[in-house]
Amino acid sequence: MSEKKYTLLEAVNLALHRAMAEDDNVVVLGEDIGVNGGVFRATLGLREAFGFKRVIDTPLAENMIAGLSIGMAAQGLKPVMEIQFLGFIYAAMEQLVSHASRLRNRTRGRLTCPLVLRSPMGAGIRAPEHHSESTEALFAHIPGLRVVIPSSPARAYGLLLAAIDDPDPVIFLEPTRLYRMNPQPLEDDGRRLPLDSCFTLREGSDLTLVSWGASVHETLQAAAALAERGVSAEVIDVACLKPLDLDTLEASVRKTGRCVIVHEAPKSGGVGAEIAASLYERALLDLHAPIQRVAAPDIPPPLYRLESYYLPDVGDILAACETVLDYA
Amino acid sequence: MPHSRIELPFTRYLDPEGRPLGPLPDWTEEGARLVALYRAMLRTRLFDQKVIALQRTGRIGTYASSLGQEAIGTAIGTLLRDDDVLLPYYRDTASQLLRGVSMSEMLLYWGGDERGSDFAAPLARGDFPLCVPIATQALHACGVASAFKIRGEHRVALTTCGDGATSKGDFLEALNVAGAWQLPVVFVVNNNQWAISVPRRIQCGAPTLAQKALGAGFAGEQVDGNDVIALVERLRHALEQARHGKGPTLLECITYRLCDHTTADDATRYRSAEEVNQAWHEEPVKRLQNFLVARGLWDETQEQALVAECQVELQQAIERYEAAPAQDAQEVFRHVYASWPPALAEQREQFAERIARRTQGADHE
Repeated sequence: MSEKKYTLLEAVNLALHRAMAEDDNVVVLGEDIGVNGGVFRATLGLREAFGFKRVIDTPLAENMIAGLSIGMAAQGLKPVMEIQFLGFIYAAMEQLVSHASRLRNRTRGRLTCPLVLRSPMGAGIRAPEHHSESTEALFAHIPGLRVVIPSSPARAYGLLLAAIDDPDPVIFLEPTRLYRMNPQPLEDDGRRLPLDSCFTLREGSDLTLVSWGASVHETLQAAAALAERGVSAEVIDVACLKPLDLDTLEASVRKTGRCVIVHEAPKSGGVGAEIAASLYERALLDLHAPIQRVAAPDIPPPLYRLESYYLPDVGDILAACETVLDYA
Repeated sequence: MPHSRIELPFTRYLDPEGRPLGPLPDWTEEGARLVALYRAMLRTRLFDQKVIALQRTGRIGTYASSLGQEAIGTAIGTLLRDDDVLLPYYRDTASQLLRGVSMSEMLLYWGGDERGSDFAAPLARGDFPLCVPIATQALHACGVASAFKIRGEHRVALTTCGDGATSKGDFLEALNVAGAWQLPVVFVVNNNQWAISVPRRIQCGAPTLAQKALGAGFAGEQVDGNDVIALVERLRHALEQARHGKGPTLLECITYRLCDHTTADDATRYRSAEEVNQAWHEEPVKRLQNFLVARGLWDETQEQALVAECQVELQQAIERYEAAPAQDAQEVFRHVYASWPPALAEQREQFAERIARRTQGADHE
């Protein structure tokens, strides 16, 4: 095991280098991703290593990037497109929903769409307006798409490689708040992680904490605080929001009988609602307390002076844990 | 007044009665080529008529006719090479037939069965299925053309759309990137004057739709979309340009939608019979027929024989369509992902229960 440590951002970059080296069909395209290496530098060095034909600076039109990627993918390339921020993705929705997600289905497998859409997501980096969205639920609702959100450098590396391998379109969302946090040792061994499994980050017996993306960070801190009080919390990083690994979630909740779901996205219609509803369908009688959700309120992400109130913090998670622990 | 007055080429060789307006291209000396074009156009029209009849009697669903616009697709289907890629919209019956998409596949598609887009013909296997969301296919064409360019292949992506589609961002974004990257792509606009009920004059303030290409840095021109000779001539040029790295072209083909928008539409609500009657005088099939007859290349006996031949083909296609066994209900899961995710297995089981319940219910009746 090498001792070199990587940030989540560097892990993304490492995976892109590896994927492009392994397969000539992998091309990377987006705004400012070539010469500039991406506004966060996620694509740094790719242009130098793989040339302008495979590392493509596009005109500034998100919908165009998506539509172009679909055409490339149908031709057997494996485009990895970048949308500079999730808040700018909405122009591309028709291409993603009406075409990328269903090209295989509508041609009965004759044409396919093995593209990956990478986009930074989430609040907490004092970014300008429209740069802090967490709208993963929009994509998790669409049949034919996969939605993946890594929460550590190792998972970013292994999940991104798996996403690029995958024969179907994958929405791969990278929490900007984690981009440069907590570098971790990482072996560039090309090992893929499964795209349809949760990751149990901490085992516990008293309650289950479920989260994904940047909120996993606070959720782990909450679990540590609970441990100091003698409460054993299991922490699950969902990581793959579509398809959702309900079996792992169900098994954990059956064991602990209590569940708190933590996400940065607005509460109504968030993926937390899907998880809670599914757990009620499967494990109602094993629950000792109603499932609680800790989420953003149904408001646009505030500009940065108030954004910390928007984000669930450790205290918010602990308060919800108390509710389920104290419930009759 | 429109702000920009740009002189663009408009190409037409035959007048509405099929009389040459001047010298014709050399290739028209070969009678067989003209006859082949005529046969393809008439075959499309007869198929189109039959499909509408099938819709009226409830044997297929909603259908978008190509009536009056057969020449455009005929030119496209005749000129595309085997390894080019066609990205059609929903008025491309003529081009799809020439690409080898079978009549029974088309009937399957409009008859509510996805297998109709799983084209069996080797020529058509790389083609896109017809595109219902407006103008989105123009971007796919640029992606396909980008792949050709990245791989250094001398292939062309050709995409079609209607006049209404040129108002959409997808179309303009496609022109933009095609121009910026000099992609091997040809945009064919079927300007049939009507986007359902919205006429061309209020669709766009520019005097021509072809001039939109100029803003993207490449050539746009108008062609008489009812004159198949003009279409073949200009489309051949556009395809050669694209194939030899000389960039994209936008061809605006001026025609008229003699049919309703689809079988679910009633065009008498928004346009006059007088206008439609006038447009019938310009239609492409009769125009070429007149020309062929005057040249001594076609006569009533040949016409009758072709109609009879097409009727047999149509009847066989309908029989194949109606004999196709229904897809098993579980097929709805089969191609959503390369393989159905184990994480969603429960949904599939519940669906199987739904089917079983309904089958049992039917048995009890």
